[in-house]
Amino acid sequence: MILFLVRKTLWAAVTLAVASVLVFAALEIVPGDPAQVMLGINATDEAIAALREDLGLNKPVLERYFSWVFGMLQGDFGKSYTYSVPVNELVADRVTISLPLALLSLLISTAIAIPVGLYAAARRGSLADTGIMALSQVGIAIPNFWFALLLVYFLAIWLQLVPAGGFPGWEAGFFTALKSLLLPAISLALPQAAILSRVTRSALLETLGEDYVRTARAKGLSRRSTIWKHALRNAMIPVLTILGLQFAYLLAGTIIIENVFYLPGLGRLVFQAISLRDLIVVESVVMMLVGTIIVINLLVDLAYLWVDPRLRHRRS
Amino acid sequence: MLAINKLNLTIGDTPILKDISLTIEPGKILGIVGESGSGKSMTALSAMQLLPEGSSTSGSIQFNGHELLDADDALMQDLRGDDIAMIFQEPMTALNPVHTIGDQIAEGIMLHEGADKGAALARTEGLLERVGLPVSRFPLSRYPHELSGGQRQRVMIAMACAQRPDLLIADEPTTALDVTLQAQILDLLRDLVEEQNMGLILISHDLAVVAEMTDEIIVMRNGEIVDQGKTEDILHHTHHPYTAQLAEASTHIPVRSQPPVLSHNAQEAGLAPLIKAQKLVRDYPTKRESLFKPGTPFRAVDHVDVTVYPGQTMGLVGESGCGKSTLARMLLALDTPTSGSIQFNDIELTTATDEQLTTARKNIQVVFQDPYSSFNPRHKVERLVAEPLYLETGLSEAEKRDRVVAALEEVHLPASALDKYPHQFSGGQRQRLAIARALITRPALIIADEPVSALDVSIRAQVLDLLTELRQRLGLAYIFISHDLSVVRALCDEVLVMEAGRIVEHGVASDIFDNPKSDAAKMLVQATPNLERALNNRRAAQKQ
Repeated sequence: MILFLVRKTLWAAVTLAVASVLVFAALEIVPGDPAQVMLGINATDEAIAALREDLGLNKPVLERYFSWVFGMLQGDFGKSYTYSVPVNELVADRVTISLPLALLSLLISTAIAIPVGLYAAARRGSLADTGIMALSQVGIAIPNFWFALLLVYFLAIWLQLVPAGGFPGWEAGFFTALKSLLLPAISLALPQAAILSRVTRSALLETLGEDYVRTARAKGLSRRSTIWKHALRNAMIPVLTILGLQFAYLLAGTIIIENVFYLPGLGRLVFQAISLRDLIVVESVVMMLVGTIIVINLLVDLAYLWVDPRLRHRRS
Repeated sequence: MLAINKLNLTIGDTPILKDISLTIEPGKILGIVGESGSGKSMTALSAMQLLPEGSSTSGSIQFNGHELLDADDALMQDLRGDDIAMIFQEPMTALNPVHTIGDQIAEGIMLHEGADKGAALARTEGLLERVGLPVSRFPLSRYPHELSGGQRQRVMIAMACAQRPDLLIADEPTTALDVTLQAQILDLLRDLVEEQNMGLILISHDLAVVAEMTDEIIVMRNGEIVDQGKTEDILHHTHHPYTAQLAEASTHIPVRSQPPVLSHNAQEAGLAPLIKAQKLVRDYPTKRESLFKPGTPFRAVDHVDVTVYPGQTMGLVGESGCGKSTLARMLLALDTPTSGSIQFNDIELTTATDEQLTTARKNIQVVFQDPYSSFNPRHKVERLVAEPLYLETGLSEAEKRDRVVAALEEVHLPASALDKYPHQFSGGQRQRLAIARALITRPALIIADEPVSALDVSIRAQVLDLLTELRQRLGLAYIFISHDLSVVRALCDEVLVMEAGRIVEHGVASDIFDNPKSDAAKMLVQATPNLERALNNRRAAQKQ
């Protein structure tokens, strides 16, 4: 177990190092000078040069890379060029929207997908199964921003149940705030739920064909308890894999959805930072996302160990 | 206790069982024999009412006063595991990998007795003890993957016998195990039948097993019962031509037209060995004992010497896990020995260049056990059989095709097989394809790893005949790996007995079987089911 964690941590460090090089290099290559963008097209060359000096953009590439990396190691993610506040503060502010959004949509997608997948598998070949699978096909095909627009039209504009966009802030009251996250969370969740329900269904169908399921029935267990006690946990192994991948995808998905719903979250911050060439913000936020995804993968790996005792021995 | 009367079963539109009638009494053992697809397992599953979806049945299955064909789910759930229990063939997959063995056995006890978990687990300890898995060495917290195949089958038996069922159905309970484990498991089943006065239905494709164990036998073919009666009567007189055919096939010995090739004769005649392995060792690393201390390596093959002369058939026998397959992999140059040397003709395989290895590989080919998984299902026969031809350069497509046709001819398959996929062939035909694939490079040595273990007896007899015929016609040498001594005896000139990575006995095949010297050989001979011996024992017992 300890060996497993040590190995995983080393891998995480390597992944972060590689990611930092890639992120930094990518933004070095994209055209656009932050100083030029910040000062507008009418700025004089002298003003731009002065600002570049001020922002430290004139230092050699390697020096800038290392000071960025060492800063991050000490918890200092730099200072935004545009807002002139530390990236930490910017992120801390935005994360209170994006993280609840991602978690809420993950919750919605699993709460829909797993029961639906199980139901479809348990009634394989029935009309309900065929219907669910057809719907999930549609769910996979529809892009989430298009789905978001439909939701806004029906639920916000037509039925006026929820706000169409914007975020009142958590200080406006928990439920008011949650309400404005609901539509974006659903639009993020549904395509994910469509995929996840198909995975759950096929994983369960596969385990239902296993010999140990027949053994359980031969013991006298009913069909239903066989599914709950024997098939489900085995079927969870592929489901967990997809779930872990989906969380990463959800974080990326917030960039589009937050723009559709005018939510001042991390995704919107990144989007604006890219258009304003606020490189340090982009770099640091991307690194934080990479870190989060690594942590999630680690959690998924630990969940595997919990679900499947065969892995405990191989890995520890 | 159980009476099946005129049972018919169709799945979809396919008739599976026709007019099956049988009865079984407490304390008796009924054997059901037949080849794959004969309907043995479906008969058993009918009694459990665990048939696949789309099944429809007619007739009657009476069990302790219940008509099972009309029984509802609730009644069947009460009966299953409590009054009728079943053991399945595959111990590796029949237990749930994510639950401990204790929980899996206790589950049935809790279900049928309403016991709480503590009491159920306490009972479980006793049950495991009874099947030879004492809790001191096999705690209830073990998971199935921490047990061997034989141990898992014991867990299955403990689970099935937990409620002292009136009827136990064992569907090929020992087919996946090697002979020594098979003997232990069969002994255990026999003891439990006596102890608990159970009825046992033993399903097997192995007539010798059934002859040793059962009171009565049913012989099935294509979903019908073709022969039925007391074991002695059925097997001794073999009235029915199909039963006779099965009996002949299971003791089949291919006709030899040439004397066996014996090592000392070959040595005296000054023949050079075809392959000569000396002091072969293969170590595998084991789990680290701690972060800083590596584990002691596991020695799978321990200073083994093997010499095979041209045209010779060398048997390699031993329990599963004794190192047979590791040794075979090294002889095939698929694995590098930790130390030792392997001379093939003039090539030292352990230090050979790529070019030398290509020459050697052309001359050493392999046939594996499972004719189902050793072919890529998406390729046609032409491509599958031609695979080893990558070892020969400069062949045109037409030449390759000719070689494939010739190889198919050698194994008596028509040239029309070229454009078919593996699933279009039966198990026996697929094993012929595997042999054709091995023959295509015109090798001098074929290493066959349990080549007939997965086959029905009549097909096994055909494949053994084919191997014998090819040996004579093409002068092939074989290294024949098996845990089934009757097969080894039928085919091999000499035999190597392996135990825990070492060769413990080497001699002429018939000598080893008639007069085994090492403990390992004695145990193997003793454990191998033998139809004649079983019938003689029965007759002797009757005379007393």
